[in-house]
Amino acid sequence: MTVTTSTPVHKGIGGSPLRPDGTLKVTGEFAYSSDLWAEGMLYGSTLRSPHPRARIVRIDTSAAAAMAGVHAVLTSADIPGKKTYGLIADDCPVLAIDEVRYHGEPVAVVAADDLDTARRAAKAIVVEYEVLEPVSDMRRAAFDAESPRVHADRADNIVRYQPVRRGNPDAADLQDRVAVVVTREYEVGMQDQAFLGPESGLAIPTEDGGVDLHVATQWLHVDQEQMAPCLALPPEKVQLTLAGVGGAFGGREDLSMQIHASMLALRTKRPVKMVYDRRESFFGHVHRHPALMKYTHAADADGRLVYAKAQLLLDGGAYASTTDAVVGNAASLGIGPYECDDVLIEAYGLYTNNPPCGAMRGFGAVQACFAYESQMDEVAAALGMDPVEIRRINAVKEGSILPTGQRIEGPAPLREILDELVTMPMPPEPSLPEPGEPEPRTRVPGERWELPPGGYGNTTRGEGVRRGVGYGVGIKNICYSEGFDDFSTARVRLEISGGEPIASVHTAAAEVGQGLVTLQAQIARTELGVDHAVVLPADTQVGSAGSSSASRQSYMTGGAVKTACEAVRMEVIELARRKFPELLSDDESWSDIHLADGALHLGAGVATGARLLARLSDVLGTDVVEATREYHHRRTNPLDPETGQGDSHVQFAMAAHRAVVDVDVELGLVHVVQMDVVQDVGKILNRLSLEGQIQGGTAQGLGLALMEEIQTRDGLVRNPSFTDYLIPTILDMPPLNMRILEFADPNSPYGLRGAGEPPTLSSTPAIVAAVRAACGRPLRRIPLRPEQIALVEGYGDEGGEEDV
Amino acid sequence: MTGKGIRLELTLNGKRQVATDVPANTSLLGALRDHFGLPGAKNACEQGECGSCTVFLDGTPVCSCLVAAGQAQGAAVGTVEGLADEDGLSLVQQAFVTAGAVQCGFCTPGFLMVVRDLQLRARGRTIINLDDDEVREALAGNLCRCTGYEKVIDAVRAALADPDVPRRSVGASG
Ligand code: FES
Ligand code: FES
Repeated sequence: MTVTTSTPVHKGIGGSPLRPDGTLKVTGEFAYSSDLWAEGMLYGSTLRSPHPRARIVRIDTSAAAAMAGVHAVLTSADIPGKKTYGLIADDCPVLAIDEVRYHGEPVAVVAADDLDTARRAAKAIVVEYEVLEPVSDMRRAAFDAESPRVHADRADNIVRYQPVRRGNPDAADLQDRVAVVVTREYEVGMQDQAFLGPESGLAIPTEDGGVDLHVATQWLHVDQEQMAPCLALPPEKVQLTLAGVGGAFGGREDLSMQIHASMLALRTKRPVKMVYDRRESFFGHVHRHPALMKYTHAADADGRLVYAKAQLLLDGGAYASTTDAVVGNAASLGIGPYECDDVLIEAYGLYTNNPPCGAMRGFGAVQACFAYESQMDEVAAALGMDPVEIRRINAVKEGSILPTGQRIEGPAPLREILDELVTMPMPPEPSLPEPGEPEPRTRVPGERWELPPGGYGNTTRGEGVRRGVGYGVGIKNICYSEGFDDFSTARVRLEISGGEPIASVHTAAAEVGQGLVTLQAQIARTELGVDHAVVLPADTQVGSAGSSSASRQSYMTGGAVKTACEAVRMEVIELARRKFPELLSDDESWSDIHLADGALHLGAGVATGARLLARLSDVLGTDVVEATREYHHRRTNPLDPETGQGDSHVQFAMAAHRAVVDVDVELGLVHVVQMDVVQDVGKILNRLSLEGQIQGGTAQGLGLALMEEIQTRDGLVRNPSFTDYLIPTILDMPPLNMRILEFADPNSPYGLRGAGEPPTLSSTPAIVAAVRAACGRPLRRIPLRPEQIALVEGYGDEGGEEDV
Repeated sequence: MTGKGIRLELTLNGKRQVATDVPANTSLLGALRDHFGLPGAKNACEQGECGSCTVFLDGTPVCSCLVAAGQAQGAAVGTVEGLADEDGLSLVQQAFVTAGAVQCGFCTPGFLMVVRDLQLRARGRTIINLDDDEVREALAGNLCRCTGYEKVIDAVRAALADPDVPRRSVGASG
């Protein structure tokens, strides 16, 4: 039995201590980036392009600059240094240069005494545009040689093309084994991170001509690295401190207001605050790549995959952002956690004049997951098989070879996950009326009552409501991939204060809500055997921690804190050896010393007869022990550009969902009744935070399945508000039952597996499968729309739902 | 905008407070955050869609982004900053922290005000049987992007398990 149960250590690893910032967050005292204030500060505002593609003929800032209360109006001509930046390719202008390439691209920035004045001044800037035809269709961008190029200096509109070739899906000898072939096209709309705290920050000019920026971000050092050349400053003159972050989900990986506010602060020599409103936030960050995907799966009569082919187009929008890496994920994980020896996957990341797309929770794996899971259901249906069974039969396991040739090291317990999932209790059967005999659903006091589809709108009394059940599984790479030498840095200090040992942990890792601050302290408590551990504010005064992305911080910053603690422990033991050499007899070893309960013990754990040697307070006295360590994960390799072969990923994590839905098949409305999830996390470090990640991830997957889409027409964004871009409310979320498995990864700190993203992958296809089961329609585009679902004659047929 | 604003007087968390020079087009949310030094209520949409700006206005929870500052003239306004007292966190606040209902926390001040209202109504027996569906309905105007709401419901359950609140098991008959 590999499933283990964690023994919670009080406030240490495996426990669920409360988050240290919790009290500040419930009293209103926690300072989010939008709450910052400085003496004499100005407010910044941004003028953005109304066109998806246009040439800038002329900009006249004179009227704006002449307004009372306006202190600076800056355009690309005023950028002190390098005029472009970017996470992978630096193709994104700080402010538009001669041309705008997407609706909402920043053109000019203003600083004024108050926000109202700044906004009016931005409106007073005159920009003359020569409007050009936008590239808004992914297929055209990819394959039409006549298509305009989004970037004139590039040969085509392809950011990255990555094939993955394994075996030969066209080999003649395979065809004899094939019992069914399923070819389908799928589409995923543009999802937004929709974090609640809009982009904001405060830039303060320093006396030495630099700038201090307090900002909500996911990776302080990569912001600094991109900002400094644009501001024409050495990196050490651009210091960043993490301000309170109101959610991130990938949307804060790219820069937003960082350079703009800093430019204004440097120019005006005054602190400048910039806060986006919700509308501007929709324009101010990248989104999840929309995708067009064409898949072919062939299986034998037993349901085993014989071959698979996939072509994925991912719309990167106007600038590269992280499209390169998103393509790498979509390609390498393109057929999901299934064994198949003959595979061809082709993934394209494209430039268009649509809004730029980049990181969002699930990062390229989400889009592919919707397609490959839909395919698994199609294959199962064609063979008359159970959807869980087909997944079990093809499931990867430890030692399986992925299409990239990478062998999965360590546990890959997909079968165990599915076996667990099917044992979870189903909700009670709905009390639906007999056919032809509509009767109202009545509420029985004291019993759980299912809100019908349409909710409190009372659009149905239960007639026309059908129930469906669906399954989805997903596989996500954890940490950065493809040869990137990723690391995190931690500085840990141990000292005695008021007679008690205190550990302080300093990293640059961004707490974005996920609970990393809690975890860092837990690790310090466990490793150093102290009760009191504090996490210092994250800033650039310590080495990089890498990004709060890719479900990597528990692994990477967790690993860095653990490693630094180990170094501190060694030094403490060395101190003890020097100060109190008589503590141990000749046949006892200093390497057997453990720290627990604020003391040095010989042997591990009181229960096993450990002997108390000395209290930390006596060993340390007034000495302070400090260590700074970097933690690197094992090396990965790039994917071969021709074959897509390579050990590109550090770790894999999997989750599976079951969704139960009620669908009003006449109105096309969906109510999710219950969801169940099983996830393998290797080792539970903090159950409360972990559950929160799985619940939140499931909700974002539900949003993508049923409601969330940034709608564009010819590159124009049509719904930049919470009125028109819908995210799940508490009424949309069903009860979520959860089982967590712990198959420890031998290569990671504590055996943990990154956990934030996998549930976002599997939630979406499970829900869509359940809706398909209820209404019987193919549903190949998400988010689902009522007109696709409704069985009304001729109504949903216009939606472009065609069999291929 | 200096010199053109209004003088705004509120009873804020029980204390008489005055701000001068509040621009006439300011919302109550803007006034609280920028003129009364109370940034606890959050601004996530300014359209009445998210509930993160919820405050009590003369005893009723409202989206303060939809209320013009002038409309609140002379009113009693309660914000998240007024929930705790000298003895520490209120039951509702403690429940949110303990249940893990706080992740990024940007939505939290709004939820706390709505749950505080539920708690008061439950105490006053305006609501007798608060089950999960009613809790969900009451919180339907508050968006949270981090938690998936599951732990928010746990927190509300814990907060309403206050002995002063009649619960289904004891209160079903009235
Ligand atoms: S800010 Fe008031 S409802 Fe969103
Ligand atoms: S905790 Fe982040 S929005 Fe609710």
